[in-house]
Amino acid sequence: MEQTSVALGGNPNSGKTTFFNALTGARQHVGNYPGVTVEKKEGFLSHNDINIHLVDLPGTYSLTAYSQDEIVARDYLTDTKPQAIINIVDAANLERNLYFTVQLLELGIPVCISLNMIDAAKKRGISIDDKKLSSLIGAPVIPTIARTGKGKQEVLEEVLKLTRDSQGNGKFEISYGDDLDQAMIKIEKIISDHQFLADAYPTRWIGLKYLENDSQVITKGNNFNSVISDQLSAIADKVTKHLKTTLNTYPEALIADYRYGFINAILKQDVISRVHDENKLQLSDKIDKVVTNRLFGPLIMIAVIYGLYQFTFTYSETPVGWVEGFFEWLNGFASTYLSDGLLKSLLISGIVDGVGGVLGFVPLIMFMFFGISLIEDSGYLARVAYMLDKVFSTFGLHGNSVMAYIVSGGIAGGCAVPGVMASRTLKSPREKLATILTVPFMNCGAKLPVMALLVGAFFGKNEAMMMLIITLIAWGGALLTAKLLRMTIISGPSTPFVMELPPYRLPTMKGLFIHTWERTWQYVKKAGTVILGISIVLWALMTFPGLSDSTLEQFETERQNLKSGAAIVTINEIEAAALDDSIQLSQAAQSLQKQLTIVDFKAAEAALKNSIAGKIGTAMEPVSKFAGFDWRTNIALVGGFAAKEIVVSTLGTAYSLGAVDPEDTSTLGEKLQSAPGWSPLVALSLILFTIFYAPCFVTVVAISKETGTWKWGAFSMAFNTTLAFTISFLVYQIGSFFGLLAG
Amino acid sequence: MSIINLRNMEINQTGIVSSVNVSGELGRRIRDMGLTKGVAIAIQGRAPLFDPVAIRLRGFTLSLRNNEADFINVEVKDQEIN
Repeated sequence: MEQTSVALGGNPNSGKTTFFNALTGARQHVGNYPGVTVEKKEGFLSHNDINIHLVDLPGTYSLTAYSQDEIVARDYLTDTKPQAIINIVDAANLERNLYFTVQLLELGIPVCISLNMIDAAKKRGISIDDKKLSSLIGAPVIPTIARTGKGKQEVLEEVLKLTRDSQGNGKFEISYGDDLDQAMIKIEKIISDHQFLADAYPTRWIGLKYLENDSQVITKGNNFNSVISDQLSAIADKVTKHLKTTLNTYPEALIADYRYGFINAILKQDVISRVHDENKLQLSDKIDKVVTNRLFGPLIMIAVIYGLYQFTFTYSETPVGWVEGFFEWLNGFASTYLSDGLLKSLLISGIVDGVGGVLGFVPLIMFMFFGISLIEDSGYLARVAYMLDKVFSTFGLHGNSVMAYIVSGGIAGGCAVPGVMASRTLKSPREKLATILTVPFMNCGAKLPVMALLVGAFFGKNEAMMMLIITLIAWGGALLTAKLLRMTIISGPSTPFVMELPPYRLPTMKGLFIHTWERTWQYVKKAGTVILGISIVLWALMTFPGLSDSTLEQFETERQNLKSGAAIVTINEIEAAALDDSIQLSQAAQSLQKQLTIVDFKAAEAALKNSIAGKIGTAMEPVSKFAGFDWRTNIALVGGFAAKEIVVSTLGTAYSLGAVDPEDTSTLGEKLQSAPGWSPLVALSLILFTIFYAPCFVTVVAISKETGTWKWGAFSMAFNTTLAFTISFLVYQIGSFFGLLAG
Repeated sequence: MSIINLRNMEINQTGIVSSVNVSGELGRRIRDMGLTKGVAIAIQGRAPLFDPVAIRLRGFTLSLRNNEADFINVEVKDQEIN
């Protein structure tokens, strides 16, 4: 069958994704554009026996070289040269949407305009003469309703006609005023005389980019032929200076003015007619009067954000329970049918727990993306950014950073893995990076058992107060660190806020489900294997090299001594009970059982201390003691890199209590209270360390995937641990000096 | 008629943009969104913390920070002095 490639382009909020879904249905694939983290959606469909490869470009308002989205969109158009573009245009917002259309037409690729949401425009009292618009702008115009699929066949019909027509849309040239037009004539002559970048771009477009001082095209031009490039730049500079002195304006500004002028001239020829004034307040604006009101706005926002949080973490509990239950069952199955040894330990603690760990996050990620898509597609997310931007921009972030913060544990109990992914709604690169690097400071659900243990044991009377303080410390620390990062390694001016407040719309269920599914699947596919690999490495760190034969023998002798001191009946009783849970042990058997368990716990402690992780912990003691931590705490913190709640169970093992259940830490708490080297000051130091030190490795993987480089994952580990140690060191040293919280 | 800075406009006040004095990325974003010389605008509201500002132009709503609005001058009707 015949093949053709078509791109789908348009403004954000123009219904582009809905149209893409209507055309491709489930036959779509999400990946990334090469080398960047911008999402690339592709789909396949056939029409009239022709296979169409459809690529959804990122939604943008323009095609400048300032944002990654725009560079990706235009690089795709100029490098891959699709045979036609479907341009989705919001019929109710024609003027600004056509501004993008003009830029597509300037590129010279055949364009078919889909006049989308024509029904919503009608409701607003706007009627558009699509035939007239088509003849004036020189491209086919088809009224569509993406939500119902109306008009999509006609669009495909026109697109295929365009791809067969060697003329495409025909010649498209608009005037940018006398000064620029004169400069353009000279520029165009030089470009075509020298075949300058001729393979890559259309002549007039190159000239336009030189006049607009487009960094990407000028760099390419310099590499291609720096002499010609300099000639073009000289002409551009001259006209720029001339415009500055005569009109006090810039070529870029003039070009924008003339593009809008061109659009206005078309629309004025009875293309558009309105029942109401253009700027009449619509239903959406009336909703905004309440929703962004000084008093009700923040209240409603708190309710929505809290609702999102509840939705993500409460409703996902049941499916998380299923996943956990399944892996517990698998674990039980493996422990019953495999003989003790390394293979069993690898299968249970390495692989099953690892896969369980990967999949355990899936329900959380699904619910988070569903909730955020709902808020985003409805148009409310833009209002959240609008209301909170003042606060977050003070710290070098963006109003939308709030979503990532909240999901990560801004309300204590979140999770940084979906939190890091929630930063996808941020379009500003520096603000996004600062958000990603600071969300791991929030109090995620896995840190809570650690906090509960330490607060319960050492600050028992003020538990609620301490938990509140911990939350505030996390927020303060994250925001201040964001500011610090934005002033140093991620410095640079803030990305312009300039943001549309789109009309409120009801999201389509199909869109929400596709969106959620794609992102969740991406997590499993891209992060899953890495996470599994690392969890095996961590298992090895905590397991090898194990105990020497002589030490093992020592513990075995201890066990034998205990057994030989007991009556045969008692031993038989214990052996029977191991196979049958229902047997009640006699007092003598219970006491023997307890003593045997103590030996097991001691053996576990010795094995942990002898493991690689244990050796790291011991080796760190000379340094960590300045923050109040001994080797036991160090090992627990190394274990916490796998998941923060493991700090608790590892501390348990290190204190010969066995692996303590993070849900029930009372015995460990009592042990710590009386253990030497512990005081409320040490507990405080450890609480602070736990808030700020390296994120768990799943988060590190998420950070690396979201930023597109392992560099930032590694940075977060090194930077956060250094920061945490500095804070704990200062608190412990100052506290010790003044004898504070000595217990 | 007098020319004032966009930052100093009041809610519901209308006017015609007389100049946008910024180039580079910010200038480009502002103009790409249709805030060009000669366009009619109305102030729709301000965020609860008085920044950013929401304005209505070309049939849609745009928000920008006050320090971005500083580059935009608007010709407004003189207010009647009571």
